[in-house]
Amino acid sequence: MKLARPETLYDQATHYCPGCGHGIVHRLLGEVIDELGIREKAIGTAPVGCAVLLYDYINCDIIECAHGRPPAVATGIKRVLPDRVVFTYQGDGDLAAIGTTETIHTANRGENITTIFINNAVYGMTGGQMAPTTILGQWTSTTPAGRGSNQEGPPLKVCELLSSLGGVAYLERVAVSSPRDVGQAKKAIRKAFETQIKGKGFSLVEILSMCPTDWKQSPREAVNFVNNQLKQVFPLGVFRDLVP
Amino acid sequence: MAEAAVQAGCQFYAGYPITPQNEVPEYMSRRMPEAGGIFIQAEAELSAINMLFGAASAGARCMTSSSSPGISLKQEGISYIAAAELPCVIANVQRGGPGLGNIRASQADYFQSVKGGGHGDYRLIVLAPSTVPELYKLTMNAFDYADYYRNPVLILSDGILGQMVEPIEIRPYEPILDLPEKDYVLDGCKGRKPRVIKTLYLHPADSLMQWNIHLEEKYKKICKELQLTEEYETSDAELVIAAYGITARIAKGAVDMARTKGMKVGLIRPITLWPFPERDFKTLAKRVKKFLVVEMSNGQFIEDVKLAIECKRPVEFLGWGGGWYPSAENIFEKIEKIWSD
Repeated sequence: MKLARPETLYDQATHYCPGCGHGIVHRLLGEVIDELGIREKAIGTAPVGCAVLLYDYINCDIIECAHGRPPAVATGIKRVLPDRVVFTYQGDGDLAAIGTTETIHTANRGENITTIFINNAVYGMTGGQMAPTTILGQWTSTTPAGRGSNQEGPPLKVCELLSSLGGVAYLERVAVSSPRDVGQAKKAIRKAFETQIKGKGFSLVEILSMCPTDWKQSPREAVNFVNNQLKQVFPLGVFRDLVP
Repeated sequence: MAEAAVQAGCQFYAGYPITPQNEVPEYMSRRMPEAGGIFIQAEAELSAINMLFGAASAGARCMTSSSSPGISLKQEGISYIAAAELPCVIANVQRGGPGLGNIRASQADYFQSVKGGGHGDYRLIVLAPSTVPELYKLTMNAFDYADYYRNPVLILSDGILGQMVEPIEIRPYEPILDLPEKDYVLDGCKGRKPRVIKTLYLHPADSLMQWNIHLEEKYKKICKELQLTEEYETSDAELVIAAYGITARIAKGAVDMARTKGMKVGLIRPITLWPFPERDFKTLAKRVKKFLVVEMSNGQFIEDVKLAIECKRPVEFLGWGGGWYPSAENIFEKIEKIWSD
């Protein structure tokens, strides 16, 4: 079976490693934007990290931001053009370390934007250093004895953290580590954009994703790591939904 | 300054509280919604400048303001905005530094303003008003320069100018330049190909160099077209004071005092600090015997004066950092000393 390419995806092979989750999420994003018919009014932000070349794959207006700043940039765009659909695409270091300030305050103000948050528990592009979401005991290139051995603290749980904020309209954590999970991830992305289109406020979908290269695992092992370990620390589910 | 921005059609303001410029965000919080614009009190200086990055990419005339330590924090975003060739206006109401410094007036952010501040080869257009009416006028002009050259414009003010009260005539905005169409704006790709605003240039290997060359060509054009100065009593002057901003205004008083004593003293005041008005300095250097630089810092602006005149004339100096400001008498004493040598 050959699936047709969504119009929102360019006909372009990605630079992502085998087994990486970004390609799956790009595809889901493309499908949702197509289905909602919003490609021509969508403005996205590309992050610093592996997905910096988002504009090579996603066929809509895109601005590339400094590390951690996409929510502020998206705020500026959305306030000027409130009838456009504005989304950020961010990784864990971007969203939950260097950009924690922007994330929390953008969410709390209830900026009517959508954030696609890729949580793969590691800094990908820089070569596998500890992320704010690295789980306890996990080896990374800067936690050689496993996270927790050198007072790194436990992983930051973004959905749990944001769920206490008044401006948040929709929060869900999903994964892309099984066909069933991929189906649910697509539903969540769609719901997040619908929340924005209805003008309800800040929406975020956290996606547990694979990084076999920096985890030093095979793609199959990486899928198992998400299913057996990450999901234990980061339970899937809806944390906030103001548009039931 | 805030009203001038509104008059000039500023649609978006984001800022963060810091003394001595809190009057600007406070005014904007009331005035922007009234004028149909957007005001955001940002959670951080970094966020404020990045909100401008977004607002400018969406096509809005936009502005932020802060004071020295806050401007330091904004440098990351300023580098990105300059790299992406987006227009915006940034106002620095300078205070004493380094570090937290104090909240007295200062001109110690000169290097930061005209030599870069953030990372990479880029330039800001830097305007230095010396009175409140001029602050009003230059703020309006700043939006035009920003749009015309697609470059961030910095208004370099200080705590005295930021806090003083002076009557101004509220004039309606009239563009001073024929402004180009904004063909870079991200507003959704309806009826056109998607646009990308980016500052990463990896492939081909020389693409970043090519982009730097493109920027440099623009900077050269700005240097050629936008060197502004005011000269006062320079036609027969043997000693010329070089000062900018509030210091120049104080120095005018010293020039008047010297003239009543028969000393041929004049003043050159750069209105653009970048581009530095080299042409007028070079012309003056041909007929002037000596320069006296006065600035509210330990000596930053003086370097550009020496460069502009290629050290062909002696340059005396009067200045301190840390919140010092001169009186006309201080400057006059220095003039007398130089004159008697």
